[in-house]
Amino acid sequence: MPVPTPFHERTSALCTSLLYKEWAGYYAVKSYDTSLEREYFAIRHSAGLLDVTALYKYEVRGRDAGAFLSHVMVKDLRALKPGRVTYLCWCDDDGKVVDDGTVTRLAEERYRVTAAEPSFTWLRRQARGFAVTIEDVSSELGTLALQGPRARDILKDAARGIDMDGLKFFAAAPASIAGVDVHITRTGYTGDLGYEVWVPAHGALAVYDQIMRAGHPHRIEPAGLDALDLTRVEAGFIMNGVDYHSAHQVPLESRKSTPFELGLAWTVQLDREPFIGQAALVAEKQRGPARALVGLVYDWDEYEALFAAIGLGPSVPLGTCRDPVPVYDDGGQVGRASSRAWSPILKKYLALATVQARCAAPGTRLRIEVTVEYERKQIAATVTPTPFFDPPRKKKP
Amino acid sequence: MTKPSRSSYDAIIVGGGHNGLTCAAYLAKAGRKVLVLERRHIVGGATVSEELYPGFTFSVCSYVVSLLRPHIMRELDLARHGLELIPLDCSFTPLPDGRSLARWGDRERTRREIAAFSPLDAERYPDFGLAMTRLSFFAKHVVDSTAPDPTSLRPRELRKNLRLGKALTGLDHDLRYLNLKLMTMSAADFLDEWFESDVLKASMSVSGIIGTFLGIRSPGTAYVLLHHYLGEIDGAFRAWGFARGGTGSVARAVAAAATALGAEIVTEAPVARIDMDGDRATGVVLENGDQIRARAVISAVDPNRTFLRLVGEDRLDAEFAARIKNYKLRGSSGKVNLALDRLPEFSCRPGDGAHLQGDIAIAPSTDYLEQAYDEAKYGAFSRRPYLNVVIPSTVDPTVAPPGKHVMSIFVQYAPYHLKEGADTWPSRREEFGDTVIDTLAEYCPGLKESILYRQVLTPWDLEQQFGLTEGNIFHGELSLEQLAFLRPAAGWSRYRTPIRSLWMAGSGTHPGGGIMAAPGELCAKTLLASGGV
Repeated sequence: MPVPTPFHERTSALCTSLLYKEWAGYYAVKSYDTSLEREYFAIRHSAGLLDVTALYKYEVRGRDAGAFLSHVMVKDLRALKPGRVTYLCWCDDDGKVVDDGTVTRLAEERYRVTAAEPSFTWLRRQARGFAVTIEDVSSELGTLALQGPRARDILKDAARGIDMDGLKFFAAAPASIAGVDVHITRTGYTGDLGYEVWVPAHGALAVYDQIMRAGHPHRIEPAGLDALDLTRVEAGFIMNGVDYHSAHQVPLESRKSTPFELGLAWTVQLDREPFIGQAALVAEKQRGPARALVGLVYDWDEYEALFAAIGLGPSVPLGTCRDPVPVYDDGGQVGRASSRAWSPILKKYLALATVQARCAAPGTRLRIEVTVEYERKQIAATVTPTPFFDPPRKKKP
Repeated sequence: MTKPSRSSYDAIIVGGGHNGLTCAAYLAKAGRKVLVLERRHIVGGATVSEELYPGFTFSVCSYVVSLLRPHIMRELDLARHGLELIPLDCSFTPLPDGRSLARWGDRERTRREIAAFSPLDAERYPDFGLAMTRLSFFAKHVVDSTAPDPTSLRPRELRKNLRLGKALTGLDHDLRYLNLKLMTMSAADFLDEWFESDVLKASMSVSGIIGTFLGIRSPGTAYVLLHHYLGEIDGAFRAWGFARGGTGSVARAVAAAATALGAEIVTEAPVARIDMDGDRATGVVLENGDQIRARAVISAVDPNRTFLRLVGEDRLDAEFAARIKNYKLRGSSGKVNLALDRLPEFSCRPGDGAHLQGDIAIAPSTDYLEQAYDEAKYGAFSRRPYLNVVIPSTVDPTVAPPGKHVMSIFVQYAPYHLKEGADTWPSRREEFGDTVIDTLAEYCPGLKESILYRQVLTPWDLEQQFGLTEGNIFHGELSLEQLAFLRPAAGWSRYRTPIRSLWMAGSGTHPGGGIMAAPGELCAKTLLASGGV
């Protein structure tokens, strides 16, 4: 039975659709409306406010905090400057990805880790010999994601003690909202201009109210996970449990993935002191990954023709489909598309897919399964670099 | 103006509206050297956004993106060039008696709203939608290809007609009858066959008359209802919507695509005339006297302006000149744009809910609409006009400062030919504006106090400022006798003209007006296929 987040009192009053799902043990709004459309467009055109409290959050403190995290993660975090955030993944000894998330260096000897899955035990188990304390702050911290082109203007109004214009992409800074001490990071899961606000649970409602108040003239909308799931596919962001599976959670070796297979090679720093999975990753890099996670764009003319042939207009789902479908080349099945979404902004049908490495070059024409009128068909889809949608405002000062 | 970089091009396009730009983009994509000449300081024509009052961006003329062809968005990669569309989710009709009707994307919500007026209509409404959606497949065939020519016996034409015929005969009996009715009936009569609620019929019938000099009881208005559902079969495309940043974003995105493909666009370059050598167009002469040559000249301005001014009647075949002179323009609408200090509040449905985020129709009854037309027939603007109101700032905060709003009011009827003469419009402009505001204020009592700035555009202004002859927003009436193979003149519906190397790409060609971009695209593709450039 899920429990409410610290923002529940507000979000439940706004959630007229009563559409919820369970997310990491919390009630999470799927969409406030019967359709995700308004929330999606708010994220892309004004701002959407999402309760993402269900992320797991850990604080790592102490003299060895940087060294410890560098040992656990694929990246050297001693080099991360205070006030900066980084995205990365972490692996098991075999170099298979356990989870992906962010690490924020809040102070010289204080880091915060976010994770999609409970990671406390895993972190604790690796901490032997390091002068660190690890604290699970998941339930003490509420998290709001404010995403969209107006997010900065809204926080300029809502927050005190922070230079929002100076807060660069993937930077973090303390601030005060409605008298509550918070952290603001310029991060998010939408690929748009956006921020995440880290709030002590006791101040959650005051912070929520203040942001909604400041957002009103900017046409802020509360947004749910369905809209988030659509924007993250446009942004080309993978999801643990959907596009890949944690090495800790799968019964089959073949379901595990290396960072190189997930397109996360850029997060991996191999040439440094030993870290978990290093040897396996060095070997993997030399060998070259067997699979690759790629973006696919459906051939719309073929898609439309499938429907036209039976006298229908092309029909697409609104929102992200997470049931995997096979992907083929001329020789047979070469992989599967794990997230599929029609992008209302791009007017393109997108997918994130894992395919054999030889099929991963941008421009490669593959075939993807489409079911029309209960019949399975195949149409062309082209390997396309991600992000599919990448507005300059995301990173702009 | 900046000078064109060359003295000779493969193609010169006269008029940098969205169709001219689309045509340019497709020609440039095919590797042709293309020059677009625009009279004003910005591109877009009637697809334009301007900051007329500090901080407020007005979609000055056209205000919603209707049926912009999805394949054009994809082929020109308009999203990458900055085009973002925001769908309209609601059609809201306030009534003077305190009731109101809103139709939503949410079917059940719509059913409840209609049921308050007629439980029968509430259940008929989805049936109607399904029938229209099926019929619009037929319409889609027509819109997405060059006009059919039923008079031709050439094999290619016959094949094309056969395909169309198949699309029609593919429909079952009832639908074929329905299609014939749709082509011949008035919007009001057609809706009478389906529905009993006058409020529902009034709010639906207006899509049959927008931009035409016809009333909802005039035969031939029913088929335009189909246009609305054509958007539906584009399905998820949701082609009815606002462009983020205003309608001008469409033109800017197409211009950016065209430029990226190598086309050259020069603004403040009014064309004085089309140069000819015998019966062949050879280039243009600008008002400053500059002469630029091209293998093909493409006019994206209206047929009247193209032939009677840029070419000149004396250089036209008399028969053709007569057809162009008979081509009906007669604008029937005006526009009022407002900068507002706050959101308007409708007394029948207070608050700033989602009903303000779609289009708002002042169309309280079918009699009201027909009476508005009655006045126009005799050369007066409607004392109580049909208004189509949108407040794009409710979903696109880029067009107004935080908390403030822009309101676009499309007004019909405002006949170009006032009884006292079209040139009396300037002296009637503010009176016309007051009529519009008074009409709307009956539903929104606080409206007048919230107005920071007001722009009134009469059909005369549309002609003067945007070059729309007689203020016709569609480059010619979208009535049946001026559509498809008859647009703009029988025998000349395929973008060619009687003048060799002179082509047409504007809304005065098939499939007509609205921000569709189809005429520009189809002209370019036809021209390229002909080998003419």
